[in-house]
Amino acid sequence: MNAFLSLVAVLAVMLAAYVGTGVLDAKFLFGTVLPYAAIATFLIGFIYRIVDWAKSPVPFRIPTTCGQQKSLEWIKSDRLDNPHDTIGVIGRMALEVLCFRSLFRDTKMERHEEATVVYGPGLWLWIGALAFHYSFLVVFVRHLRFFTEPVPYVAVLLQRVDGFFQVGVPPVMASNLFLLAALAFLFARRLWSPQLRYISLASDYFPLFLLIGIAGTGVLLRHFVRTDIVNVKEMAMGLVSFKPAIPKGVHWFFFLHLTLVATLIAYFPFSKLMHAGGVFLSPTRNLANNNRMVRHVNPWNAPVKVHTYEEYEDDFRDKMKAAGLPVEKE
Amino acid sequence: MYDTGKIMTGLAAVLVMLTLPFWYSAATGKAVEKHDPVLPKTEKKCVESRQYMRDSHMDLLNRWRDAVVREDRHTYVSQDGTRYEMSLTNTCMKCHVERAQFCDKCHTYMGESPFCWDCHLDRKGVL
Ligand code: HEC
Ligand code: HEC
Ligand code: HEC
Ligand code: HEM
Repeated sequence: MNAFLSLVAVLAVMLAAYVGTGVLDAKFLFGTVLPYAAIATFLIGFIYRIVDWAKSPVPFRIPTTCGQQKSLEWIKSDRLDNPHDTIGVIGRMALEVLCFRSLFRDTKMERHEEATVVYGPGLWLWIGALAFHYSFLVVFVRHLRFFTEPVPYVAVLLQRVDGFFQVGVPPVMASNLFLLAALAFLFARRLWSPQLRYISLASDYFPLFLLIGIAGTGVLLRHFVRTDIVNVKEMAMGLVSFKPAIPKGVHWFFFLHLTLVATLIAYFPFSKLMHAGGVFLSPTRNLANNNRMVRHVNPWNAPVKVHTYEEYEDDFRDKMKAAGLPVEKE
Repeated sequence: MYDTGKIMTGLAAVLVMLTLPFWYSAATGKAVEKHDPVLPKTEKKCVESRQYMRDSHMDLLNRWRDAVVREDRHTYVSQDGTRYEMSLTNTCMKCHVERAQFCDKCHTYMGESPFCWDCHLDRKGVL
């Protein structure tokens, strides 16, 4: 049901784009207004979410410790899994962000025979996620050719490497195959396992369908529904230089791609996709475990009014002397 | 502990990175320069309609290549009935003599680098 709802939502976006540009010719709306609106929503939403998170204080160090803590000289500590300083934290975060180390740790629990529970590594999610994120990155960087003039050399080089096998004209990009395969797997995974299906929400399926729609329309644009992509670039350059131009001679099918992308961008700050920013702010990952080395004072502790012994003595010195009590200061 | 400084620095870096095309186009100032390729002066029409050529010339070339190399067919009949020899060098480049001002200009603009010239010559004998 959740999957079905999300599919309907994505198809509705595509239908709107088709009606808007294939039937009604509202290219200004779909080619200029919508992209700018999406970018503005993204920027404002992204800043809002991060600032909102940044406002939550972290008074104490709460990293997940997965190794030996730093203590005595002769006990070997685990710098990455229980970092005690900034270098360790940077290493840990780098592995997390670039290699998805937490996903690598995923375990699978299965019941074998009568009541025997077996745990084992569950690497498929990790592999699927890596394949998806890196091929997405490659596609993203290659798309810079639409938004830059002159096109930076990295984008050209990446395109050549990506099309290394020179299959077809224009050449098939290896990253596209990986992207589609990874997305198909990440979707199938949710349907396959009953437990996963049970916990999957519409907001899990919706970004998946959006991405499948984007990659699907993109690949179709490249290999089957050819359109004048020089005009697409002129439109894109108009957008980035704030001199928007409505593209001529561009097939409506391109607007399906663009509208899905705009939807994804606008949806980003409100969705689980914000994990892109959130991962950097995870206190269980980005804090050094130095609770025993550094005193962390809770910044919003209410100020306690204290009355020290010295002050007490100042107040009562005469009386104490008179009663014959010893005093520290004469 | 709030780490406001670190978070705001990171946020600013990410935002600049994500909006890089905007800064880039402002810095180079080349965003809306026209990149129209130089069309042949003596000829009036291409193999197919102009829009079709802009959309799908690579597809056409691919079909030509397959026809010649795999099926030994050498003549292409266009939509309006004109006959052309299916050849990159002898047909396309005969009209589009200035490759640098035509094919290359457009491809550079689009960040494309077709590898055809690894083997094929243009009319000036340049690979
Ligand atoms: C008979 C001469 C001739 C031949 C052969 C020819 N072209 Fe053209 N080509 C032209 C002319 C003339 C134009 C401009 C068409 C117009 O203005 O309608 C053109 C336009 C084009 C355009 C569109 C340029 C633009 O910016 O609108 C492309 C791309 C193109 N040709 C590629 C090719 C390719 C590839 C081949 C070989 C398959 C080829 N041409 C063969 C004469 C030719
Ligand atoms: C109006 C601009 C324009 C002109 C002029 C032009 N091309 Fe292209 N060409 C493109 C674009 C854009 C692509 C990339 C298409 C894509 O990536 O989907 C392309 C791709 C190609 C490809 C596919 C190879 C690849 O790496 O993608 C070949 C082959 C090709 N062009 C040949 C030619 C030849 C030969 C000429 C000159 C006769 C020419 N083109 C002129 C715009 C142009
Ligand atoms: C590895 C070298 C090589 C590369 C790279 C190459 N070709 Fe060719 N091509 C050939 C050879 C060899 C023939 C056969 C020539 C013959 O039979 O006369 C040929 C034939 C052709 C033909 C038909 C014959 C003719 O005279 O043009 C076309 C069209 C063609 N190639 C297009 C392309 C296009 C487009 C590309 C780039 C996407 C390309 N080729 C890249 C080697 C190459
Ligand atoms: C989230 C961002 C985007 C993703 C994931 C994405 C994905 C893809 C993919 C997978 C392809 C297949 C071919 C290729 O990789 O070159 C493609 C093609 C294409 N995309 Fe995108 N895209 C995105 C944003 C955009 C935007 C903003 C534009 C507007 C300029 C655009 C325009 C195109 C065009 C014109 C093609 C056809 C390319 C060709 O014919 O070679 N894309 N896209």
